[in-house]
Amino acid sequence: MIAMPKPDPQILARRQAIAAQLRTLLPASSVIAETERMRAYESDGLTAYRQVPLVVALPETTQQVADVLRWARREGIKIVPRGAGTSLSGGALPVADAIVLGLGKFKAVLDIDYANRTVTVQPGVTNLAISNAVDAAGFYYAPDPSSQIACTIGGNVAENSGGVHCLKYGLTTNNVLGLEFVTPEGEIVRIGGKHLDSPGYDLLGLLTGSEGLLGIVTEVTVRILQKPETARALLLGFASAEQGGDCVAAIIAAGIIPGGMEMMDRPAIHAAEAFVQAGYPLDVEALLIVELDGCAAEVDHLIGRVEAIAALHGVVVSRVSTTEAERLRFWAGRKAAFPAVGRISPDYYCMDGTIPRAALPRVLAAMRDMSAKYGLGVANVFHAGDGNLHPLILYDANVPGELDRAEAFGADILKLCVDVGGVLTGEHGVGVEKRDLMEYQFDAVDLEQQHRLKCAFDVDLRFNPGKVFPTLHRCAEEGRVHVHRGETRFPDLPRF
Amino acid sequence: MTEFSNRLRPRDEADLAELVRTATGPLEPIGGGTKRMMGAPVEATPLDLAAFNGIIAYEPAELTMSVGAATPLGVVERELEARQQMFAFEPMDPRVLLGSPGEPTVGGTVAAALAGPRRVKAGGARDHLLGLKAVNGRGEAFKAGGRVVKNVTGYDVPKLFAGSWGTLGVMSELTLKVLPAPETERTLILDADDASGAISLLARALGSSHEVTGAAVVDGRAAIRLEGFGPSVAWRVGALLRELGSPDAATLEPAASRSFWRDVRDVRSLAEAPIVWRVSTVPSLAAAFVARVALSAQLRVLYDWGGGLVWLGLDAAYEDLVRGALAEGHAMLFKAPAEIRARVPVFQPAPSGLADLERRVKASFDPDNRLNPGRMGR
Repeated sequence: MIAMPKPDPQILARRQAIAAQLRTLLPASSVIAETERMRAYESDGLTAYRQVPLVVALPETTQQVADVLRWARREGIKIVPRGAGTSLSGGALPVADAIVLGLGKFKAVLDIDYANRTVTVQPGVTNLAISNAVDAAGFYYAPDPSSQIACTIGGNVAENSGGVHCLKYGLTTNNVLGLEFVTPEGEIVRIGGKHLDSPGYDLLGLLTGSEGLLGIVTEVTVRILQKPETARALLLGFASAEQGGDCVAAIIAAGIIPGGMEMMDRPAIHAAEAFVQAGYPLDVEALLIVELDGCAAEVDHLIGRVEAIAALHGVVVSRVSTTEAERLRFWAGRKAAFPAVGRISPDYYCMDGTIPRAALPRVLAAMRDMSAKYGLGVANVFHAGDGNLHPLILYDANVPGELDRAEAFGADILKLCVDVGGVLTGEHGVGVEKRDLMEYQFDAVDLEQQHRLKCAFDVDLRFNPGKVFPTLHRCAEEGRVHVHRGETRFPDLPRF
Repeated sequence: MTEFSNRLRPRDEADLAELVRTATGPLEPIGGGTKRMMGAPVEATPLDLAAFNGIIAYEPAELTMSVGAATPLGVVERELEARQQMFAFEPMDPRVLLGSPGEPTVGGTVAAALAGPRRVKAGGARDHLLGLKAVNGRGEAFKAGGRVVKNVTGYDVPKLFAGSWGTLGVMSELTLKVLPAPETERTLILDADDASGAISLLARALGSSHEVTGAAVVDGRAAIRLEGFGPSVAWRVGALLRELGSPDAATLEPAASRSFWRDVRDVRSLAEAPIVWRVSTVPSLAAAFVARVALSAQLRVLYDWGGGLVWLGLDAAYEDLVRGALAEGHAMLFKAPAEIRARVPVFQPAPSGLADLERRVKASFDPDNRLNPGRMGR
């Protein structure tokens, strides 16, 4: 288990007084301090980790958020931001001496602007609700994390969420145009808007994916797209992962960027087929789902080209969806892969590294060796187009030591991702889960630079403590570095 | 590359770090030198990055390209063309407007975030910068981001560097996302009553499912680009014309279309104007903004990005008029003599809370304000 920072006993002792002070800033229904009611907030999607918060605050307006944050700064109280709590990396995991600041009451769709193709919403609106709000006009919001029915846009911004369509349509960061957020000092700041580009530093890009370490997002403007006219999918089976990977590379080399391109390995295929009977072939080592979307003329043209490419790469099963029902059946197994694995194992641990796709055969082979070494099974689903792996490690939390072994196995996989030129996380975030691996991907100078950015926003290090970065020294400590013999370098230059 | 008597020429990353660390005054990072006449004028020792030239890794099937910061954009684009790929943000060539010498480099292009017409569909430089190596203002070499197309590990520092004008760090190496180049393209030219009418047509086209990759108003007419596979483009041309109710629009064939959008990208129609503003705004507000400016000044205008990017060519700076007429968005003084750029904030000043954060971000990389001090007014 990954250790969280030791709570401050003085803050813990003041819990009742802190709740009482919050009640002077917020409506009574916005402050939860009873332990039983706070249990709903004790975990997120990384359910192996649990912690009852100090107090839960659920403000209703941006001004209330600013009031709470100014007060928290004065009192030196830490803040854990929370959307729907669906993070798979522990991004919303409470810490014992911090207030959980939930944005669940920010549920309004504020503006729909079809002429400029934007929607402005409050952060507690779910990802899917944005698409639903513009569905009647044929529009949608492109990033579609698998939890889109529950996850909120505020959480998507914090985590820079992806989804199966992000190779073609981008991650959250490529689809957000503007934000209002409240700094750890309680200042309300607006960046971007309905226009593109910014005149200064791209703080929009920095805030997106900052995992709740830099501020609280209170309003989000996203761009929307007209839905593609149609979509069709191919189901392609291969006798080896290498052939499947080569086929993916050949599709991209042919200039085709599919709307979705997913791969599953044999254990994942079998688990999914047993669960939902999608009609998957059981005698292949790799199964590809390639979805092409756009106008019918384009989709029909590209279906033919992808079929031909697959044939050149030794495909042994090749099916093309001819109806919408068939397309959805192709996807049914992939979309049920996680619960399907949940049926064959009491617990599973979902990893999220990205690799250069060419390294796939090497990584899969090494994973098989690790599986034997740790005595734990692994099933792989894979966003094949962008090299984002989701190994699912099978374990039983009730067997002493298995969770620790699963975590060690997962850490080995992520280190391997870095070794082959990839990264620790493609879309789930670092959170608590991968915090202690950051030093494997980044050296001390890289991390120090990121820490200074943290200090530029949160000088007291009160926002989402214990997340993303392994060891954070106080911000003032690095301040010594650039004062030499009591002088700065260029005393005559303006300083800001 | 222009000759400078006092320039510093680091040989490699370690040398670069040492030069920045031991510098006795401010430094101006230089790639090809094509954009030195942009931003507020800087009094600094040129830091010539010519040594960081060359393609380090190009993996077409991984959709990634790693290059030295001072690699000429033209060299990289020829490599990409040979594999039918591209930088999808369609970087502009600033020499057309500025009349500047030299060769644009990849590092300079990203530092200035100069995206072209495809920005409306494919995103800007920010959306294609995956990772970098740089030396910060303390003289420390660091890396950020990665070399794969999907990565959320740590803060997205590369986003900050796109459009940072060399003020946060000196980039030595960049990794960019590359994408397949379209097999073919066509451009539709549609008549409209006025700019407002043309922008409405563009809004309808951009709001269609036809994946418009260029949407400009040129000489009062709406220009719409469709790119992709042959059968797809052919079908979408017909479908879009039907939807817009303009069956007799002119169509530009691929070669004419390419040359048309190169001119839009480089704003060739405003090349003679002594003062050029680059205004990012809300498309539906663009025509009214231009009309307000036109009440008091002679101007030439080019609308790109469906109206979201307005290029204004003027005889004088008219900064109060331009910024005063702008209801939403921001105006950058793209081209002006140095004495005007020294007086008029080149980049739209930020409100105080945001400006304060930007100052702290700058200081987190460059506490002694050693790199391009004042270039952004930040």
